[in-house]
Amino acid sequence: MIPLLLRDIRLSVRAGGGALIGVLFFMTVVAVIPFGVGPDLNLLSRIGPAILWIGALLAALLGLDRLFQAEREDGSLDLLLMQETPLVLTVLVKCLAHWIATGLPLVIAAPLLGLFMNMDEVAIGATTLTLLAGTPAITFIGAAGAAIAVALPRGGLLVSILVLPLAIPVLIFGVSAVHAAIEDPAPFLPPFLILVAINLFFAVIGPVAAAAALRLSSD
Amino acid sequence: MSEPSLAIRKFSDLANPTRFLALVALLWPWMAGLTLCLFAFGLYLSFATLGDYQQGETVRIMYIHVPAAWLSMMCYSVMAVSALGTLVWRHPLADVSAKAAAPLGACFTLIALITGSLWGKPMWGTWWVWDARLTSVFVLFLMYLGLIALNRAMADDPTRAAKVGAVLILVGFVNIPIIKFSVEWWNTLHQPASVVRLDGPTIDPEFLRPLMVMAVAFTLFFFTLHVLAMRNEILRRRISVLRRHAARAVGREGSDA
Amino acid sequence: MRLLAEGLSAKRGEDLIFRDVSFGIDAGEALIVKGANGSGKSTLLRVLAGLLPAVSGTARLLAAAHPVERLGEACHYLGHRNAMKRELTVEENLVFWKAFYGDLHGGAGIGVDAAAAAVGLGGILHLPFGYLSAGQQRRMAMARLLVAWRPVWILDEPTAALDVAAEAMFAGLVTNHLAQGGIAIAATHQPLGLEGARELWMTGFAGAEQGVW
Repeated sequence: MIPLLLRDIRLSVRAGGGALIGVLFFMTVVAVIPFGVGPDLNLLSRIGPAILWIGALLAALLGLDRLFQAEREDGSLDLLLMQETPLVLTVLVKCLAHWIATGLPLVIAAPLLGLFMNMDEVAIGATTLTLLAGTPAITFIGAAGAAIAVALPRGGLLVSILVLPLAIPVLIFGVSAVHAAIEDPAPFLPPFLILVAINLFFAVIGPVAAAAALRLSSD
Repeated sequence: MSEPSLAIRKFSDLANPTRFLALVALLWPWMAGLTLCLFAFGLYLSFATLGDYQQGETVRIMYIHVPAAWLSMMCYSVMAVSALGTLVWRHPLADVSAKAAAPLGACFTLIALITGSLWGKPMWGTWWVWDARLTSVFVLFLMYLGLIALNRAMADDPTRAAKVGAVLILVGFVNIPIIKFSVEWWNTLHQPASVVRLDGPTIDPEFLRPLMVMAVAFTLFFFTLHVLAMRNEILRRRISVLRRHAARAVGREGSDA
Repeated sequence: MRLLAEGLSAKRGEDLIFRDVSFGIDAGEALIVKGANGSGKSTLLRVLAGLLPAVSGTARLLAAAHPVERLGEACHYLGHRNAMKRELTVEENLVFWKAFYGDLHGGAGIGVDAAAAAVGLGGILHLPFGYLSAGQQRRMAMARLLVAWRPVWILDEPTAALDVAAEAMFAGLVTNHLAQGGIAIAATHQPLGLEGARELWMTGFAGAEQGVW
């Protein structure tokens, strides 16, 4: 499984890979928000965590459609399906590679964008931490959508439409954990632990659903 | 069937870059040396002059910040001229120049942003304000990154990437005044003159002298790097051509055997 | 070892492509699947590889050195597409497949260098796969069959993009595989140059009378 992980990471950082695009999209989306709401620093620092989360959510969805589509186009998907290794495990590893290449850079870029949003240290730390815990969940559940849309021509947009509603809980608990960290009376841990639980739950249900969809859509 | 025409075009293409490479080999040590001297002199001046009575020592950031900001704009102009060269005169070096300039421009813009942010922290009490000037530079930074991403996405076919990229560069160039204007409008609309202006209308000759030396040093630095980056890009393309040739040669041997 | 297919039927979409196909192949034997376009050659191969579910019937590997749950696990499948990444070098591609496949009992794959040399393309392992011509890419896909041991080779139009010399080279590879006790099933229009290979003619079948709907 390590070779598959390394291959996928290598593919996404190679020329033409999607690793850079996701972060760039994240930066652009977040940078455009102030042009819409105005450069009021107090307002920006209040909505900053939510903006970062929405931006990261959209950026994480961006490259997902290529997760299995690229494998299908060059015939690799057939060979991955035939192997003795459980398909669920293959999908899980592909998700991990995808997250390392596209999700982790978002987490790393988040503190920088937090500065743009005039967020204080606690808010930046909390946002980064929740993104670290939450973005894998988006990838896992997104893999199911990507597997369902793999056989469709131009599945890219469809993946986003399929996955966004499923990712709403991640967004809710991610942002509310950050707000709990900033505003004293509310405790940080309960929403954060729910977020982690969602992550673990999706880590199971996403690959299982994706593997089933891939088997069924093979033709 | 395209083999002979490809070969002929390749050879005529090679003529110019070859002369360019010879010129670079001759020039770059001198350029680098001069840059080094200017930097030594400029940095000496920067630290020998007095600090500002209001801003204290932080004013010295200006000697890095202002030249970097100037270069961030000049680099885009260089790219725009190169883009014209690609589209109008079809000069083979022009697309190499535009491609080599993009990462440099992004770097200098990033330096301008970081130093601006470092300078802004003691002035404004925050790392970043959505000041019209800073914001415009940030938009420029995003444009550079977009161009780099475009070049990377089409790494298989650099000639075609250069043409498409040239169109994008020119569209961006035409748009820069509009972006600048609208950002200023947006900014004044929201916060009328609450931000401290960095540059007073007058600048003391005490600051001007090191600033000018540093600006010249930075400009020369940019051109040294640009020329070297162009050389690397030309060599990279040659290697790529050689590798494709190697791949084809092995096939021919294989079918003979 | 014996590959036994009994009463296979398969559908593509809603159409029954073929019905009641049965055959058995022993170790060291090759089966050439022939037939007109659309007669179901590719479908049959994909059913054998486990990529399409059979509507009825089974395909099993009997008395194998390494019993497998699904036939596909014991197979190499060379489809129309090469399953190699253009962005990676040839070596990275082959090393990945070698590691990902692993060897089944009863044989061992050869090294990546040796495999590339066997298909006549030694010395360009360091190049990105995308730099290679169509024929070279196909030959590198064949090298993939050599780096990991699978007793059964399923080959769908293996020599479509190849010149005569490369066809002869490929026939040599298959003959060698059969000599090691392997099984090969190939769908092809071209003569593969395999001696003593058995043939299976697909006639095509319109499943209108079946009346599923």
